Amino acid sequence: MSTKPHHPQTAVVAVVALGGATGASARYGAALLWPTGTGTFPWTTLVVNVVGCAVIGVFMVVISEAWTPHRLVRPFFGTGVLGGFTTFSTYAVDIERLVAGGRARTGLAYLGLTLLAALAAVWSAVWVTRRALETVRPGRKGGERP
Amino acid sequence: MNWLLVIIGAAVGAPLRYLTDRAVQSRHDTVFPWGTFTVNVSGCLVLGLLTGAVAAGAASSHLQLLLGTGLCGALTTYSTFGYETLRLAEGGARFSAAANAVASVGAGLGAAYAGVALAEALWS
Repeated sequence: MSTKPHHPQTAVVAVVALGGATGASARYGAALLWPTGTGTFPWTTLVVNVVGCAVIGVFMVVISEAWTPHRLVRPFFGTGVLGGFTTFSTYAVDIERLVAGGRARTGLAYLGLTLLAALAAVWSAVWVTRRALETVRPGRKGGERP
Repeated sequence: MNWLLVIIGAAVGAPLRYLTDRAVQSRHDTVFPWGTFTVNVSGCLVLGLLTGAVAAGAASSHLQLLLGTGLCGALTTYSTFGYETLRLAEGGARFSAAANAVASVGAGLGAAYAGVALAEALWS
C-alpha cells in the first residue's frame, strides 16, 4: 500500500523478533528459577515445551474459530512468544548430553515423555477450547442447536 | 548482561525461523511442514556444535547464552511442531503426522550428535 511508510512484512518481522525475545526470556527465567543439574532429568525444559504446546492449542482455536485478531497478533504471540518460549534444539541436545554422560535411560525417558506430553497437551487444549467455545456460543458452529 | 544476550539472540533467532519457514513453505506443495522441520534440525546442529565447543573449552558461557539459549532456542520450536503434527492428524494425514513426529525427533537428534561430534573433531 502506497500510504504505508514500510513494507507490511517489516512489521511482521519486528513483532516476531519482539515476541521471540519475550518468550525466550521467559524460558531463560524458568531455567534460572528451576535449574536442572547435569545428568538429571530436564524437567524445566519439559514443562516449558508442554505448557507452550497447550497454550498454542488454545490460541490457535480462539483466533481461527472465535475471534479475528489484528494481523500482527498471530505473528507476535504464536510465532514469536510461543516459538521463542519453546525449544526443540535444547530438547535434542539434552538427550545427547544425557546419553553421552552414561544416562541413556534418563535420556530415552525424557525423549518419549516430552513428545507424548507435548502432543497430548496440544490435542487436549484444542479439544477443551472447542468445547468451551461451543458452550459459550451454542449452535454457532454449523448453525444448528442440538 | 546475561538477559541481554538471550534477548539479542532470540530477537535474531525468531525472525530467522519465520523467514526460513516462509521460504521453505513457498517451495513445495505438500502438506508436510518442511519449514519447521528445517529450522528445528538446523538449530539442533548449531546447538550441538556450540555445546561441544563449550565442553571443549572453545566457547564461553556468554556465547552459549547468546547463540544457545537465545538464538537456537528461538530458532527452534516445540509448540509449532506439536500444533502442525496435530493439524496433519486432524486433516486425515495420519501417516504424515506420525512421520513428522518421528522424523523431526530422529533428524533433530542426528543433527545434535553430528554437531557435538564435529565440535569434538575441531576442538578436542
